[in-house]
Amino acid sequence: MRSFTYERPSTPAEAAASVARNPEAKFIAGGTNLLDLMKLQIETPSHLVDVNGLSLDRIEPTPEGGLRIGALVRNTDLAADPRVRTDYGVLSRALLAGASGQLRNKATTAGNLLQRTRCPYFYDTAQPCNKRQPGSGCSALDGVSRQLAVIGASEACIATHPGDMAVAMRVLDATVETVDAKGTERKIPVAEFHRLPGDRPEVDTHLKPGELITAVTLPAPKAGTHIYRKVRDRASYAYALVSVAAILAKDGTGHVAFGGVAPRPWRVEAAEADLRKGAKAVTDRVFAGAKPTEHNAYKLKLAERTLTAALNQARA
Amino acid sequence: MSRRDLVAGATAAAALTTLPAGVRAGTAATDKPVMATVNLTVNGQRRELELDTRTSLLDAAREHLHLTGSKKGCDHGQCGACTMIVDGRRINACLTLAVMHQGAEITTIEGLGQPENLHPMQAAFIKHDGYQCGYCTPGQICSGVAVLAEIKAGIPSHVTADLNAAVTASEAEIRERMSGNICRCGAYSNIVEAMTEVAGRQS
Ligand SMILES: Cc1cc2nc3c(=O)[nH]c(=O)nc-3n(C[C@H](O)[C@H](O)[C@H](O)COP(=O)(O)OP(=O)(O)OC[C@H]3O[C@@H](n4cnc5c(N)ncnc54)[C@H](O)[C@@H]3O)c2cc1C
Ligand code: SF4
Ligand code: FES
Ligand code: FES
Repeated sequence: MRSFTYERPSTPAEAAASVARNPEAKFIAGGTNLLDLMKLQIETPSHLVDVNGLSLDRIEPTPEGGLRIGALVRNTDLAADPRVRTDYGVLSRALLAGASGQLRNKATTAGNLLQRTRCPYFYDTAQPCNKRQPGSGCSALDGVSRQLAVIGASEACIATHPGDMAVAMRVLDATVETVDAKGTERKIPVAEFHRLPGDRPEVDTHLKPGELITAVTLPAPKAGTHIYRKVRDRASYAYALVSVAAILAKDGTGHVAFGGVAPRPWRVEAAEADLRKGAKAVTDRVFAGAKPTEHNAYKLKLAERTLTAALNQARA
Repeated sequence: MSRRDLVAGATAAAALTTLPAGVRAGTAATDKPVMATVNLTVNGQRRELELDTRTSLLDAAREHLHLTGSKKGCDHGQCGACTMIVDGRRINACLTLAVMHQGAEITTIEGLGQPENLHPMQAAFIKHDGYQCGYCTPGQICSGVAVLAEIKAGIPSHVTADLNAAVTASEAEIRERMSGNICRCGAYSNIVEAMTEVAGRQS
């Protein structure tokens, strides 16, 4: 690991200013993704700004009847919050399907959104990877890609956003709140938070350098059965091959987003009008234009079947 | 980008990434250790350490405090061998920095119980043969103690059928909650028995 200086500021503005000032600085929250990548020299910050002292660890009701989740709220606490369990069950379920108990105790709301891809070549520093080393090439295109994206990817990168929480936040229409070094606040819908790779796969999100996430807000609860179904290689402690976050009414209408299939949580609102026609009608529209590889074409069928299971669960 | 560019890029990248990182990042001259004073309460004792900022909580315990009970399996959050209880919660000590834990209360397997004064979970692991080689065991036991506390506190899990009902220490709950602790020897069913016995005694 490269050596680094360390700082623990007490206000969001100070933290943002510190990172904005130094292109080699990074925020650290739970550290469960950043330190993993620093040990492999995939991330090499020379200065760490610890955000754990910023008092951003509360979950508060909003005037609009929703919830404002501080950036530092731990995944365990968010999943266990009584309001989230009752009114935003899809979010509790997505969080509880991710990582392990130990990791969820550390992992934060902001860090989870910003976790980097689990593409095996991104992690293997002996292989070319455009996301890790811009311009070096993409090893996954001709390599093992069964975990990787079927839609939204590019010639330069077919990595997925690997997380579960963001998929639930997408179906809930969450908004990411930030502050920059000048104290300017910004609200970014989660739908527009993660970038598609295009020819710059090294940039995962639309955050600006030094922009600090302060909270994620959820609008008023959506009625219906809240479901998160995750299909993976083992029953626990594994990333999704495909996941479905859904809020479904008894009459079959509702909302649905897919995880494990794209560089960001994948949702096509227009396709939700077809939910009453069954899963295939929806996934045909959601995955129109998909470009799967030989290794991951199975995900299209799997997404349809996982949605079928969710629809059955909502009817039961 | 042509095929040749791609290959050239690939070779260059491979060559670059095999160099030591300091050289790659062009920071060989400036990449000196940065030291920090860290105060921790470990197993009830206040300790002050002078540490490189890079030191994980696991290395601080093992290499600097010589508390070698906590094990390093993967060093990447994938196995749970390093599990410690920090301010009442189990975490992977390998994926956190000591310097981020100023003033924290840390419990390692050594603090949970000693050979002449075993924690009930340690005693139950012995009784039920909850291990074979023992490498994963300190992490399993720290995790096991914290899991029963999480169930008591009503924290739900992936297998909890009703998010709004009380949680019980069923076999399915224990197995799901312990999935972050890998055992190469496969002592899982005996670990579940040990934990079930302790959970039963607690309730
Ligand atoms: C073995 C293993 C298995 C896992 N399995 C899953 C899984 O199944 N599903 C899943 O969803 N996840 C999984 N994870 C990933 C885990 O959820 C993430 O590591 C975690 O959520 C990251 O949160 P953190 O607070 O630790 O982030 P950190 O590591 O602290 O930070 C991550 C990034 O976010 C930036 N950052 C942090 N806070 C802020 C802020 N407030 N503003 C701006 N930038 C910020 C940091 O600079 C860094 O770039 C797994 C991880 C491991 C190690
Ligand atoms: S898919 Fe993206 S992350 Fe994976 S090797 Fe290609 S460029 Fe790198
Ligand atoms: S050593 Fe920490 S999880 Fe493996
Ligand atoms: S007892 Fe050997 S790894 Fe668990």
